[in-house]
Amino acid sequence: MATATATNTNKSVLWDWLTTVDHKKLAVLYLIAGALFFLKAGLMAIFMRIQLMSAENTFLSGQTFNEFVTMHGTIMLFLAVTPLIFAFMNFVIPLQIGARDVAFPFVNALGFWIFFFGGLLVSVSWFFGGAPDAGWTAYVPLSSGEYGDLGLDFYVLGLQISGLGTLVSAINFIVTIINMRAPGMTMMRLPLFCWTGLVTSILIVFAFTPLAAGLALLMLDRIFGAQYFNPGSGGNPVLWQHIFWIFGHPEVYILVLPAFGIISEVIPAFSKKRLFGYTAMVFATLIIAFLSFMVWVHHMFTVGIGPITNSVFAIATMAIGVPTGIKIFNWLFTMWGGKIIFNTAMLCASSFVPTFVLGGVTGVMLAMVPVDYLYHDTYFVVAHFHYIVVGGIALGLLAGTFYWYPKMFGHKLNEKLGQLMFWMFYVGFHLTFFIQHILGLIGMPRRVFTYLDGQGMETMNLVSSIGAFMMGAAIIVLLINVVYSAYTSKRVTVRDPWDARTLEWATTTPVPEYNFAQTPQVRSLDPWFYEKVHGDGTMKPAEPMDEIHMPNGSILPLTIGLGLFVWGFGMIMMQMENPLIPEWIVIGAGVIITFGSMLLHSIHEDHGYHIPLDKIKKIEKEVS
Amino acid sequence: MSDSVDVSKGLPPNPEKATLEGKNKFLGFWVFLGGETIMFATFFGTFLGLRDGTAGGPSASELFSLPLVFIMTMLLLTSSLTSVLAMYSMKKNNFKNMMVLTGVTVLLGFAFLGFEIYEFYEYVHHGGLGFTTSAFGSSFYSLVGLHGAHVTFGLFWFITLMIRYSRTGITLTNAPKFYLASLYWHFIDVVWVFIFTVVYLMAIGGA
Amino acid sequence: MSDEMSKPFDKSALTHEELLKINRERKIQITAFACMIFLTLLAFIAVAMEMIAPGFTVPFILLLAVVQFALQLFYFMHLKDKDHEWPNAFMLTGIVVSTPAVIALILLLGVTKY
Repeated sequence: MATATATNTNKSVLWDWLTTVDHKKLAVLYLIAGALFFLKAGLMAIFMRIQLMSAENTFLSGQTFNEFVTMHGTIMLFLAVTPLIFAFMNFVIPLQIGARDVAFPFVNALGFWIFFFGGLLVSVSWFFGGAPDAGWTAYVPLSSGEYGDLGLDFYVLGLQISGLGTLVSAINFIVTIINMRAPGMTMMRLPLFCWTGLVTSILIVFAFTPLAAGLALLMLDRIFGAQYFNPGSGGNPVLWQHIFWIFGHPEVYILVLPAFGIISEVIPAFSKKRLFGYTAMVFATLIIAFLSFMVWVHHMFTVGIGPITNSVFAIATMAIGVPTGIKIFNWLFTMWGGKIIFNTAMLCASSFVPTFVLGGVTGVMLAMVPVDYLYHDTYFVVAHFHYIVVGGIALGLLAGTFYWYPKMFGHKLNEKLGQLMFWMFYVGFHLTFFIQHILGLIGMPRRVFTYLDGQGMETMNLVSSIGAFMMGAAIIVLLINVVYSAYTSKRVTVRDPWDARTLEWATTTPVPEYNFAQTPQVRSLDPWFYEKVHGDGTMKPAEPMDEIHMPNGSILPLTIGLGLFVWGFGMIMMQMENPLIPEWIVIGAGVIITFGSMLLHSIHEDHGYHIPLDKIKKIEKEVS
Repeated sequence: MSDSVDVSKGLPPNPEKATLEGKNKFLGFWVFLGGETIMFATFFGTFLGLRDGTAGGPSASELFSLPLVFIMTMLLLTSSLTSVLAMYSMKKNNFKNMMVLTGVTVLLGFAFLGFEIYEFYEYVHHGGLGFTTSAFGSSFYSLVGLHGAHVTFGLFWFITLMIRYSRTGITLTNAPKFYLASLYWHFIDVVWVFIFTVVYLMAIGGA
Repeated sequence: MSDEMSKPFDKSALTHEELLKINRERKIQITAFACMIFLTLLAFIAVAMEMIAPGFTVPFILLLAVVQFALQLFYFMHLKDKDHEWPNAFMLTGIVVSTPAVIALILLLGVTKY
């Protein structure tokens, strides 16, 4: 039974990708899906900057602007950056820990498809009377059944579904990192990207669950008339703000920690030095994760909760500066005295450091309660968090893209175009957002679609918009680079094109589906570098060459995701005035598809198949 | 992978964690339970924050009756014990006992669920507390209802396992599945301990 | 090997010592169950009979709940056993993060200003 399926290789390419449970292919799917959502949300940002380019502009209506503001934030956080970090985590983490696959390959695919269909559900809102328009924070009562339109139903249900996908993926990553490490890969030898991936996944498990609870409350409020947020019936709108930010603050760290991890991989690789203060970096990550759950009220200083509460949370917030500072200094000391190679990946990684410091400094400014009353809901806040998310996360992701691209796709990205992209992006970024600090300080409120003439805001907004166009152009250069490099770049045939340090570079390029023919024996931190210096330049095997057990692909993750999509859409139809077909039929169909697929998966025992020894030897000979 | 399990002497002492797959499922499920903790905490917080918001409708102390809650608590606690004993039988490779004890767990669970439905029915039709009556009503039904939904899911999980594996005996594949369902059932019981304390007893005990 | 994943066993590999151990464990579990029933009774009686001063009822029954919570987790869900370090870590994290969240949702709603 086991080997019979192994010979079945004449599947069509499309079917192969739809049913894949291979972490490397899922990484590519995540990368494509995340990049598409990123482009969409980026385009919305460009449109908003066009609208704000001059005073009293009429390029967008106020309603459209609100929808763009909401969708830009929602998509970027939930549907663009999250899948992009998952793409790298999926591809890199099993390779870095010396594993053949993740702990639950099926759940890995399930996580992707549920995320994807959830994102699709949020996106189809455009065709049913407009996108959500209450901001990505969806504060009640603006988002409640009384004031919010149908778009908010898409927000609530789409994010619930995509959040479920993110949650199961996170559980999968945690178990992978804890249980699937190669012999000798102790926790304190884990590469920092794995550490941040682990901590991010833990944060997801403990932050996305309150979000699910909060969204469930909002859904019950909107669709079933619950009274949690209505003071007239004994409810309290501040409740939503608490639940949202109990999730919302850790969410920032969920996104930025993997970026820290990427930076911590790229900087040592191109400084030709080991990471300075590895242990301190690990503990700083853990402390940041802990503190991220203890500071959420700093988003609510102006609500009027009380002075003692505000002070406590202000101090806790400032405390985050300490572990973050440790990280900053460790990156600087890693570069100090190293033989630095300034290619695109390293440019992004090294320029991340000062940019992130700027975002951190304004963060501490915002943590001071008395002055926060001045900053609150102005462009100062917008500038602050864009220094974190663009200057931090986006630069980290770009560095990761250029760094891991040869392993993922078998060729490097073009360096000239890459550096052009970097400089356009970097200059454009500072043009866009630095000036927004000042705009905020002179009183320009965020989320407002226009401003009056003669208040001294025209020039600065124009500069900001020009910067945004430069960033947009930089992303176009990146896209050109992807296509151009695919045709012109030399194939990478060596294992380790960057002369790097960690285990993913010990695999052959392209990586065979089983990753390692023999599980490697890890003898040190930076195991690949260790073997290059102290060994013979190859990983010592921890086991004899034998046939390899692999999981079978399955279409069920896709059908479960589809079922949830239909189910969610049916729930939204309950709010539609003229739904054409009875919503109960749609909901029922969704429930049956979802649980039917789950039942099928649970009833049918699938033990996977084995790749026979002679086939492994043949593949190994081909790739090396 | 599973290749390293020694099966020559019979069912391994801890069959749920004998294989790597079992170990992974075991850890993954615990991670999930950790996440469930804060999800229930959010619903508990919502209930506690809003329980005085009766908006002129019935309040908690007017509605709740101790005997009903006491019976429900006993049912669920006992089902937790039978579930533990089922896992004891599993370790001893006593398949028949395991199935019988799991069956008892399911019956007790259905009894609990029946009482809960009866309770909700009473409150809605005779107590005057609907889901939309007040913030108290909404948060009460969503907290206890979420627990009830977990009970329902747990029951269907047990039933699926019992039907699917009614004749297979204990294998290295189904042992982790039975074990996880049992963990889930205990977790539901743990949550109920807080529900009867925080929701019912605290309302009647006058805080 | 994967074929053996779906095969039942005609005997158990438990050694005599292991059998004694799980028998002892079962005894402890039944004792724990008796404790839980007792604690539940105590909580219900404390409320129904107004046994103790009203101000102390709430902390008292909460304490009983926490003890019962620990009994369930450690004895029924085996958190006390070895090989449960990670599950312990995750449950502990869950509790640590839940505590400020619940307190905030009860107290920090802007009704009373702290």
